[in-house]
Amino acid sequence: MKPAAVDVLVVGGGAAGMAAASAAAEAGAHTCLLERGRVLGGVLDQCIHPGFGLHRYRAELTGPEFAHRLREELSRSGATVRSSTEVISVDATERRVRAVSPQGLLDLQPQAMVWAAGARERPLGALRIPGPRPAGVFVAGLAQRLVNIQGLLPGRRAVVLGSGDIGLIMARRLHLEGMDVAAVLEIKPFPGGLLRNVVQCLEDFNIPLLLQHTVTALHGRSRLEGVTVASVDEEGRPRPETEAFIAADTLILSVGLIPEIELVPFLPCDPANQGPQVNAWMQTRAPWVFSAGNCTVIYDLVDSVAEAGGLAGTQAARYAAGELDQESEIVLTRGENVLHMVPSALSPGTPGRLALRVSRPIGPAHVTVAGQVVTRQPGLRPSEMVEITLKKELLASLDGAHEARVEVVPT
Amino acid sequence: MNAPRVAVIGAGVVGALIARELCRYEAEVLLLERYPDVGWGVTKANSAIVHAGFHDAPDSVRAQFCGHGNALFEGLCEELGVPLLRVGSWVIALHKADLDVLEHLKNQGEANGIRGLEIASPEELRTHEPALNPKVLAGLWAPTAGITEPWALAIAAAENAVANGGMLLTEHEVTDVEVRSGSIRALSVAGRRESVDIVVNAAGLYTDRVAAMAGVNGSPLIPRRGEYILLDKAVGGLVRSILFPAPNPASKGILVLPTVDGGILLGPTAEDLPPEAREATDTTTDGLRATVDGARRLVPSLDLSKTVKTFAGLRPESPSEDFLLGPTPVKGFYQAAAMRSPGLTAAPAVARWLVREVIAPEHGLTSRSRFNPYRPAPRRPFELSDQAWAALIREDPTYGHVACHCNQVTEGEVVEAIRRGARTLDGVKFRTRAGFGRCQGGSCADTILHILSRELGVNPQDIAQGPPGSTILSGKVRP
Ligand SMILES: Cc1cc2nc3c(=O)[nH]c(=O)nc-3n(C[C@H](O)[C@H](O)[C@H](O)COP(=O)(O)OP(=O)(O)OC[C@H]3O[C@@H](n4cnc5c(N)ncnc54)[C@H](O)[C@@H]3O)c2cc1C
Ligand SMILES: Cc1cc2nc3c(=O)[nH]c(=O)nc-3n(C[C@H](O)[C@H](O)[C@H](O)COP(=O)(O)OP(=O)(O)OC[C@H]3O[C@@H](n4cnc5c(N)ncnc54)[C@H](O)[C@@H]3O)c2cc1C
Repeated sequence: MKPAAVDVLVVGGGAAGMAAASAAAEAGAHTCLLERGRVLGGVLDQCIHPGFGLHRYRAELTGPEFAHRLREELSRSGATVRSSTEVISVDATERRVRAVSPQGLLDLQPQAMVWAAGARERPLGALRIPGPRPAGVFVAGLAQRLVNIQGLLPGRRAVVLGSGDIGLIMARRLHLEGMDVAAVLEIKPFPGGLLRNVVQCLEDFNIPLLLQHTVTALHGRSRLEGVTVASVDEEGRPRPETEAFIAADTLILSVGLIPEIELVPFLPCDPANQGPQVNAWMQTRAPWVFSAGNCTVIYDLVDSVAEAGGLAGTQAARYAAGELDQESEIVLTRGENVLHMVPSALSPGTPGRLALRVSRPIGPAHVTVAGQVVTRQPGLRPSEMVEITLKKELLASLDGAHEARVEVVPT
Repeated sequence: MNAPRVAVIGAGVVGALIARELCRYEAEVLLLERYPDVGWGVTKANSAIVHAGFHDAPDSVRAQFCGHGNALFEGLCEELGVPLLRVGSWVIALHKADLDVLEHLKNQGEANGIRGLEIASPEELRTHEPALNPKVLAGLWAPTAGITEPWALAIAAAENAVANGGMLLTEHEVTDVEVRSGSIRALSVAGRRESVDIVVNAAGLYTDRVAAMAGVNGSPLIPRRGEYILLDKAVGGLVRSILFPAPNPASKGILVLPTVDGGILLGPTAEDLPPEAREATDTTTDGLRATVDGARRLVPSLDLSKTVKTFAGLRPESPSEDFLLGPTPVKGFYQAAAMRSPGLTAAPAVARWLVREVIAPEHGLTSRSRFNPYRPAPRRPFELSDQAWAALIREDPTYGHVACHCNQVTEGEVVEAIRRGARTLDGVKFRTRAGFGRCQGGSCADTILHILSRELGVNPQDIAQGPPGSTILSGKVRP
């Protein structure tokens, strides 16, 4: 099969991919977007709650509304879109991408590719919780699709493990749909999701949030009958003397998202982000591949995802046109209190946006790059990504450096 | 005389292969299984190794059948379309004392007629298995050891038995065995009486109880639990062959081995449970810790962040730690009991011997002329050539819709699995590997449920994950 040539191939039609494809097509590239789902939108269509688009559209939209706007932008852009088409392999040496759909097999030969495949949820097995393996255990996103898209209810009484945003949102959803939500458990001493979600999803509905608690065993042979919970010590180790049983037929897990990058194993990854290392253009270490959205690092807000996608799309178009020169790079290293961080490198000549997540809650603090203060914050939480625009002068002052350290310094 | 009626109790790998073997003869063959599907007992949770056959003492029944069973696997897997990879195995010596154990195992294996056994130097071992503990002193290499999918073998054998006139009855639990004047008469099964002439007890962990129903009393079986940790395909390739430590008296030790679909399996532990604990396939804090410790002794660099799941299986151990095979004092009542490890490996040889050399001659069974040993393997589009896959999609576009992304399983394969008997998420999983991968169904369970519901014409709320009672949904939102 002779592969079809395109300038920019976008893999994944969530917020990042749609924004990337629109931007690439607008920049004049012959662009093709492949999405495995029947419709574009990614996780947005299952997020029927409001809270999307405050930055990008200055409006409070639901997930489907936000997706709708991106779809319209995409259809105006002139990019070719193929849904129900799954990319199944990427040959980095030949730069060939293979996809399959009910119409058949498809081979593409792109000049540049934007990887925008999103993230998957960490399953129960990964936690190695002992006990039997009954039905009634769901990752939160699956429960969300079942409830919001298929109109099906998972059970009667739930415990939610993990206080990430999806867990919080689902605790409220299940409560609103008539389930009894016994508690949300979080192993860390602080919630994993946005503060506004803790208030609006739990406190407003009197759903208890148990910090420094985890599930230590499951019970029930065919269907879940309950879980043993315990509080944990400073190192996160369960304290057996605190074990208690909570009856529940449903366990909802919100214990982390993992960037979807198994099909692009040739991309060097950032060990903390778990996604490909990218520079300020969202360009990976394989120069023809760009990476944007939750497959690069887990973002809180779709607005940031769409922005990263737009940037990746524009730059992929420039790369395809031979206009994106390799510039000298300053590798960013993590200093104190920095967990997630994008990009992994900057160039003196490129506009600098820096997104980072702290590893623990911190009071008033400075963020510094190579010792220079780039922002002052009244307080930072792991659940809220900080996004910083780096000034030209700062970037210029780094010219000639090979490395710069990013730190969050309490003041 | 009418063809005799033969009931095989238990559709694990042992019972399914016995039923298939019986279908070579003029007989009415019933395969009775209490679960809704085939292979959900011991067969679904074990190490999946086709053992070379050096672990068992030459005077044991195990040794008699293990090497022969191993030799039959190639042909059997070919006929039934089941994966088999002859990856070979190593027994690793980490301490001086282990060197004698290796020597002993080699001699024992040779006495059992196992070929190709060799003791290799640390240098050779490290070239073959770079991830191995650098402290390794020597290794015993067995080229004939392999890995398979035990449940797939059970499913395939049962399908092939049915294709040859046998009858598979799932959700048919045998509750009593009627014996008159020392001969088998009938079974109580799923609330009714079935007259039978011959019964084969292949009830896995329950063979002692079924035997007791027939008045054949022996010591109760001891469930010996083995816990496992499965790592994702992403770490696949970490080891090429099966790695055993030097064995201890209770088990072959905690291993590190590849799985046929590219993952890495760690385990099993060996813990004797009280005789009543036949369903205690729970994992435990201590067991999982022991699994990690044991596996790390062989491969120190294991990355547990790639854990996909944990599970446990129960070995049906008799006090003699050996199989109980063949005729019993009750005429027409035969056993393939206490099939602990290497029961999977031995199963093809046990089935052959029991049917061809014991049952058929004793009951004067005559061969059936039209036995077809081949079972069409399920289609795996991702393993086809481009042309063949493209043609398949033209014929049926669902083979171009990927339903499970982690293990790359198409909707067409899921539908085919349902047509071949899957009724549950587990049924689909064990037939197609959909939901078996790194996300454990998190991204495809709703899709699979939808396909099951559509194909079976039942509400999604009525579909179970596995055994009865394991329904997945409680109902509709705002009904
Ligand atoms: C429950 C929940 C609540 C949220 N709440 C908010 C909120 O209130 N406000 C807010 O701003 N943000 C919120 N977010 C975050 C926001 O929705 C996400 O960050 C954003 O939508 C992620 O977009 P993405 O494009 O990176 O990934 P995804 O949306 O996951 O898109 C990836 C796409 O790639 C496709 N794909 C993957 N692999 C392939 C392949 N091999 N071939 C073809 N296609 C492929 C997938 O099908 C998918 O459509 C929430 C997220 C969730 C899950
Ligand atoms: C931890 C572990 C590791 C092992 N590793 C290996 C290995 O690597 N290699 C190897 O060769 N062997 C291994 N084995 C052994 C091997 O798994 C078993 O020998 C084999 O699976 C036994 O199959 P079976 O058909 O006898 O039992 P089962 O699979 O348990 O089948 C028996 C069936 O009978 C049904 N049943 C029970 N009672 C009734 C009733 N009253 N009425 C109707 N149906 C009934 C059950 O539901 C079950 O499906 C291992 C075993 C364990 C537990």
